Amino acid sequence: MFLINCPFCGERDQSEFSSGGEAHIVRPKQPTELSDDEWAEYLFMRKNIKGIQFERWNHAHGCRKWFNAVRDTSNDKILSVYKMGEKPPLNYK
Amino acid sequence: MKNKYSVFSLIKNALSQHENWQQAWGNPEPKKEYDAIIVGGGGHGLATAYYLAKKHNLKNIAVLEKGWIGGGNTGRNTTIIRSNYLWDASAGLYDHALKLWENLSQELNYNVMFSQRGVMNLAHNLQDVRDLKRRTHANRLNGIDAVWLNTEEVKKFCPIINTSPDIRYPVLGGTLQRRAGTARHDAVAWGYARGASDMGVDIIQNCEVKGIKRNGDKVEGLETTKGFIKTNKIGVVAAGHSSVIANMAGLKLPLESKPLQALVSEPVKPIIDTVVMSNAVHAYVSQSDKGELVIGAGTDSYVSYTQRGSHNIVEETLKAILELYPIFSRMKMLRQWGGIVDICPDASPIISKTNIKGLYFNCGWGTGGFKATPGSGDLFAHTIANDEPHKLNAAFNLNRFVSGDLVDEHGAAAVAH
Repeated sequence: MFLINCPFCGERDQSEFSSGGEAHIVRPKQPTELSDDEWAEYLFMRKNIKGIQFERWNHAHGCRKWFNAVRDTSNDKILSVYKMGEKPPLNYK
Repeated sequence: MKNKYSVFSLIKNALSQHENWQQAWGNPEPKKEYDAIIVGGGGHGLATAYYLAKKHNLKNIAVLEKGWIGGGNTGRNTTIIRSNYLWDASAGLYDHALKLWENLSQELNYNVMFSQRGVMNLAHNLQDVRDLKRRTHANRLNGIDAVWLNTEEVKKFCPIINTSPDIRYPVLGGTLQRRAGTARHDAVAWGYARGASDMGVDIIQNCEVKGIKRNGDKVEGLETTKGFIKTNKIGVVAAGHSSVIANMAGLKLPLESKPLQALVSEPVKPIIDTVVMSNAVHAYVSQSDKGELVIGAGTDSYVSYTQRGSHNIVEETLKAILELYPIFSRMKMLRQWGGIVDICPDASPIISKTNIKGLYFNCGWGTGGFKATPGSGDLFAHTIANDEPHKLNAAFNLNRFVSGDLVDEHGAAAVAH
């Protein structure tokens, strides 16, 4: 349980949000060209990082907008939030 | 077994005030090299080492545990054991485990308190009824005991359930697997540790793996907090931390690690003599031998390694419990905790080789690994020893995420597994 700073609404309880998992997984431009291995990579394989992770969130019980967050999964601290389409902050790796 | 537990050893030790019991397992320093190393000293890892030593004649084995044995999800689950899964592959896997459970206390000479008190799964809407009836038929075709109970039979089997038709999610019936039940979770880890240690397996606690040394496409050993240890067979059984270990070898797994919570109440006199699970409202409950109600809550929706979980998840579970069991309304909860579970997209485990020679993974058990402990260990040991899966775990390979041949058990698992 933690607070998330929605870029549109401000700080709200995590229970208002739904998690969209790992961010910056790009949908293949040419799906018909993909091999089975590449599909598996896109659909199923995840970094599942213990530490700093870039991820998507949706303010499902608020403004219903999607955005990105940088969160430390070892202590649930949100380090930064940024809008969809924006480049991830450079000071986290 | 060198020091067999029996009524005679009990009498003998009673005469010396129980001060001379032998140590149940050793506490060695790691050797320079092993034939096989198991990473993770939970129930599954210790069982793997036990069956490797017992059935596959490998004696030079180590189990590395970063904390203490059984201190992870083995000590954090709600101890439910059942095998009523929908698909053939799962039925084979989980019923293999259930058959091993039935003789485990004798096998290990250690009382794991396996109790076949039955597990009942409730249906709360028409789709639940259809799904559970279908699962009952599938189970019986696979030789797994399962019966459908109507609402009156549910009430008769577990009288404290509120079967009134005017509750928010009325009980429309349920399935019952009588061979299912519970076991003492710590005893499973301790029993396997004692059995493995007795056959010469080194159980090394407080030893964290920091890196995997590779030479091309094969493994050469492990960097640990107790130095480098050489081996050419590594079996990883690290549950929620499987991806962390996989990343050390440059592998990605189809897993997400999430907190799963459970809680127990103050102990009371016997009130519920079975296990009742309700997937639709997400409530499941049983009673421990100490008298505590053991309640399983759900997973958080996000990746986290915090072993905590959110309050709103517990609140939702308790709301459902109170609607179904009004008699519990004044119970006090004593403890709440979380464990990190590694969830596969198809809610089935991975017991598999990888494309790195000598590196094997047993993971993805998600919210329901405890029940499979003996079977998982047995089949993983087979896979490591022969470098080939046993026919019972062949379907649970990593390659299924490439081939698309998934074992979709969300129907049997839902959230309560």
